[in-house]
Amino acid sequence: MEKIKTLADLKRIKEKVQAKIDLREKGEQPGELVQVKVAMATCGIAAGSKETMTYFIDHLEENGIRAVVTQTGCMGYCYAEPTVEITKPGKEPIVFGEVTPKRAAEIIEKYLKNDELVEGIIPVNYHTIQENHNHNTNHEL
Amino acid sequence: MEQTISLQIDRRQVEVPRGTSLLDAARGAGIHIPSLCYMNLRDMCISNLPASCRICVVEIEGRRNLAPACSTRCEQGMKVTTTSARVMNAQKTVLELILSDHPTDCLVCPKSGNCDLQEMAARLKIREIPFRGEQSSHVRETTPSILRDMNKCIYCRRCETMCNKVQTVGALAAVNRGFSATIAPAFERPLADSECTYCGQCVAVCPVGALTENDHTNRLLEDLANPNKTVIVQTAPAVRAALGEEFALPPGASVTGKMVAALRALGFNKVFDTDFAADLTIMEEGSELLDRLSRFLAGDKTVALPILTSCCPAWVNFFEHYFPDMLDIPSSARSPQQMFGAIAKTWWARQIGVERKDLVVVSIMPCLAKKYECARDEFAVDGDPDVNYSLSTRELAGLIKRANIDFNTLPDEDFDHPMGESTGAGVIFGASGGVMEAALRTAYELYTGKKLEDVNFESVRGLQGIKKATVALNDFQLKIGIAHGLGNARALLEEIREGKSEYHAIEIMACPGGCIGGGGQPLHHGNSERLKARAKALYSEDQGKTRRKSHDNPYIAQLYEEFLGKPLGEKAHHLLHTSYFDKGKDIREQ
Amino acid sequence: MSYKMHALVCGGTGCRASSSQGIIAKLRETLETKHLEEEVQVIATGCFGFCEQGPIVKIMPDNTFYTRVTPEDVGEIVNEHVIKGRKVERLLYKDPERRERASDSKHMGFYRKQLRVALRNCGFIDPENIEEYIGRDGYAALAKCLGEMTPEEVVKEIKLSGLRGRGGGGFPTGLKWEFASRYSADQKYVVCNADEGDPGAFMDRSIMEGDPHSVIEAMAICGYSIGATRGLVYIRAEYPLAIQRLKTAIRQAEEYGLLGEGVLGSDFCFSIELRYGAGAFVCGEETALIHSMEGARGEPTMKPPFPAESGYLNRPTNVNNVETFANVPVIITKGANWFNKIGTERSKGTKVFALAGKINNVGLIEVPMGTTLREVIYEIGGGIKNGKKFKAVQTGGPSGGCLTEKHLDVPIDFDNLLASGSMMGSGGMIVMDEDDCMVAVAKFYLDFTVEESCGKCTPCRVGNKRLHEILDKITRGEGEPADIDRLRNLGKVIKDTALCGLGQTSPNPVLSTLDNFLDEYLAHVNKRECPAGRCKELLAYVIDPLLCIGCTLCTRTCPTGAITGNRKEPHRVDAAKCIKCGTCIDKCKFKAISVH
Repeated sequence: MEKIKTLADLKRIKEKVQAKIDLREKGEQPGELVQVKVAMATCGIAAGSKETMTYFIDHLEENGIRAVVTQTGCMGYCYAEPTVEITKPGKEPIVFGEVTPKRAAEIIEKYLKNDELVEGIIPVNYHTIQENHNHNTNHEL
Repeated sequence: MEQTISLQIDRRQVEVPRGTSLLDAARGAGIHIPSLCYMNLRDMCISNLPASCRICVVEIEGRRNLAPACSTRCEQGMKVTTTSARVMNAQKTVLELILSDHPTDCLVCPKSGNCDLQEMAARLKIREIPFRGEQSSHVRETTPSILRDMNKCIYCRRCETMCNKVQTVGALAAVNRGFSATIAPAFERPLADSECTYCGQCVAVCPVGALTENDHTNRLLEDLANPNKTVIVQTAPAVRAALGEEFALPPGASVTGKMVAALRALGFNKVFDTDFAADLTIMEEGSELLDRLSRFLAGDKTVALPILTSCCPAWVNFFEHYFPDMLDIPSSARSPQQMFGAIAKTWWARQIGVERKDLVVVSIMPCLAKKYECARDEFAVDGDPDVNYSLSTRELAGLIKRANIDFNTLPDEDFDHPMGESTGAGVIFGASGGVMEAALRTAYELYTGKKLEDVNFESVRGLQGIKKATVALNDFQLKIGIAHGLGNARALLEEIREGKSEYHAIEIMACPGGCIGGGGQPLHHGNSERLKARAKALYSEDQGKTRRKSHDNPYIAQLYEEFLGKPLGEKAHHLLHTSYFDKGKDIREQ
Repeated sequence: MSYKMHALVCGGTGCRASSSQGIIAKLRETLETKHLEEEVQVIATGCFGFCEQGPIVKIMPDNTFYTRVTPEDVGEIVNEHVIKGRKVERLLYKDPERRERASDSKHMGFYRKQLRVALRNCGFIDPENIEEYIGRDGYAALAKCLGEMTPEEVVKEIKLSGLRGRGGGGFPTGLKWEFASRYSADQKYVVCNADEGDPGAFMDRSIMEGDPHSVIEAMAICGYSIGATRGLVYIRAEYPLAIQRLKTAIRQAEEYGLLGEGVLGSDFCFSIELRYGAGAFVCGEETALIHSMEGARGEPTMKPPFPAESGYLNRPTNVNNVETFANVPVIITKGANWFNKIGTERSKGTKVFALAGKINNVGLIEVPMGTTLREVIYEIGGGIKNGKKFKAVQTGGPSGGCLTEKHLDVPIDFDNLLASGSMMGSGGMIVMDEDDCMVAVAKFYLDFTVEESCGKCTPCRVGNKRLHEILDKITRGEGEPADIDRLRNLGKVIKDTALCGLGQTSPNPVLSTLDNFLDEYLAHVNKRECPAGRCKELLAYVIDPLLCIGCTLCTRTCPTGAITGNRKEPHRVDAAKCIKCGTCIDKCKFKAISVH
């Protein structure tokens, strides 16, 4: 192991590790970041959601967007797979349908960077477990 | 920084040097804060300051808790109260706590009347002990010299300080914790199986009855009452300088004549003086020194130097435990007590026609290790010890009181002959540096053949822990060292072991101050002025003697002429010399 | 290639004891068979604090917090969560009050009120990987000190931060460093006190297990600021995992040039060694700790001289506790002004507490100073177990005081706790409910201090013993009215006169319960009753003759033959023989036996 001799050495290691830890750090501060949830049930995967997810992970950072990319279960819009739900901080979640990597690029460019709307938005008609809990509607007995 | 600081103690403004403790500052101002665990023998840099008994607590303005006066340094502008209700309640409660784990058998305790705890209970007017509960229960132990009854221990740690820090013996230390904490040898094995040298310094400082001497008074009373026995006594030099303290005489009062009178009144057939044997010791040890020196100067590389004195039995125990690799270095001369016994039971017994078995030799010693020394196998013939047993100065005082003798009004009497005759050299054996000074007086004259005009070697006297001096014997510069306290002795011994010692001869006494500070002496209660006064008494007795060199003692000359032949001769070797053993082996192998 | 998901598995002592290592192995194995090992990284972290619910598995980045996971659950987590993106609902934390499941840690009451400064990396990074620590700004503080700050500036920054010792005393850390920096000597020492001795407290252990580098970095910073080149960690030998993690961390720091000769290319040298303690409570006291390190008997000595002047081997020594050190790097990187905005006027920053007792969420928590006891107990702690009534909370470890309902809204800080008759201590917090007898509680704590007293000073050696004996007498129904005064006076005198912190605080449980629950003491003494029904000797088992049908079942099950009576006639309990074991009550089908 090469010894750390300067602050620059230390920073270099930090930056190298940062990318690895970033995933965890983002998870700790979800409200402040863009949340990208890719539906990854059988239907989604069959429709190519894995590639979509990889695309988001690889290209959000490049575009300077701090985001949490997670997978989620089937959202029920099997006709429009791959589906992706995107929540910008302080905004309502928006679900996009038929998000191929090409469409993902468009979403990044238009919606995420410039706040323009993109075609193919699916109206939300469900609640997540988490929100259900928050609304105290799912009491277990 | 300002060298004196002023503070207020109980509405009194006090000025003291920086670094003074609150306790000293208060006492200096006539405010006598009670204390128990604290002890300070200033002149010898021996202090016990665990701050653990918490009797001396005082209130300091601005502090949340009470502070122990013994270990709190005075600070500029401090406001101290020593008598508030809070302080007095705390002191009393703390004392009640100590008493709640202390046997209340004062009436039958050996320390009764001389016990710091008893005195404190009286002073703080303890009338009941409000706490009842478990009492410590430790095993009582009897050794040839010391009795341990740790149920009486108040955990002041003085004995631990003496045994570890001062004597570096390491036999007694704190073991266990909480309520079970006690002072004991490692692994709580018996003291008799430990490194203990029986120096008795633990006993000398114990404020209560936890550590006391193994009392032989009753043995003596039986022997004195036995018409078939001839009972003779020898008294060590340091006894006469301290015995008076037990009879409220000022420290340093020399009571030689009254002591002899008292011993005679007790019924001893003869009252002799260990000083006689001290002169004899000088003849033997001095000759041994000269023998080794002359062989050394003749180029003999095998000769063991420096030569170490061997009068002190605790010191002998110490090197037998800790320096078994150096057993050839000490002089082989027996201690004066044992030389006395050996001569009394041979030469003198034959002179008066008493059979050995009917002769009882008793010694009065300032020492507890002497009790053990009497019992050493080497110093007995067919199981009959040369000195039957030894009583401490304190035991003698107790016996005198029991025997209805009004000590202070006794007329002075003289020792019996022949073994009551001594020179000034024998007398000063009782103070640190005395043996060396006595040896120098004789060695000088024997070596140079010239008369020594000034017999006073001031540089070897005093309470300094390690003393050194150089004496010119013709053109030879004799370098001598003196240590008292086994910790100081250890330092010199380590030098020898490392080959760095510059000395030709070293005197060692186990007890701080020498025999005057022995474990069998009247308790000094932490006052080193007493030790100084005792030493002074011995040196003035020496000053008053007409003969001050051991070889000038006519009875010593007679003894050699009639019986022993010459110093280091065959008979002397047989009766007056001994050999040493590796005592540390058993412990090391455990 | 970067991972899409991280699975953080608690590798603290508590979760390891409940097979978290098995979970890790199973996770790795399952991921491999599904060819997901390159998508999901498995990391063994330090403690998450929520030990009650361990072993914990946290999936990132969606922050899913799985509790009480077993190796058998791993397959489901991988199949459902990792592959299908569906949370395994049965493993999510279930709120005991609201009885609902929380999808992630952000929605758990246990974490919502917490602010993790000292524990910032615990449960987040792999403690055995120095690079993860560096990735979290680790050693940036040391680099900043060495590169941009003079030792005086470092001391000044720590002083400005208002950080106070987290080991119990609450002494200002910066001031301590300043004292140590003033004395010059051939050698100075930085000592980390990791002799965590409070029963039930494990904040220091968790930090050392979960974020050992934060302690190492802080010790080096301290060394730089006071001019010491040697660091010693006095750690109890009962902490094998913490020892191992520290050793690993020290080795890695040396390899990376962050310890040893020429730290970070500067001319500052600093080394760290471990010293092992045998778990004596009193060795948490800094002078006793130093004596123990020197190989002497572990007992305290009077201060002054303070260790800053004459400590280890009589050299200037600065002793700080683990949690205190863990705060230091953040203070340097984020600045004293960031830190001193957290907390109250005189207690800055956060404090870690070990929450235990009759509370739903047992575990390790970190909250800003000034959080109230109510928030800690009811919001973070999730309230009292089994819906019982809150009675008291004991803070500050075995020698803290018991606080009551009326103290619940006191903002927790050093001074407020002291003023309420308790103390911060190292951060133990034990909650008691209506079933706890406060006399017995006081006796329980005295049991500990009597056992752990070194025995050096009279008040602690004998005084605590007597306190304990009087309490014992009272719980046996043998107390007399004068005992109450005795307890009070003795307690005060012990506090006032004992030599070290142990003795000066040991009567707190007695004095505080006397203040707050005097009626319980009086009931024991005057009526020979234990209101909480805890003190066995004060209980009487009575058979109701109207309900007893004489079935003899109880006579046959009583282990001491204390119940007599003829068949089909009401039975009787012989109080002299009854050992109050409760067997008869359990057996009686007619509820005829009761306790009075």
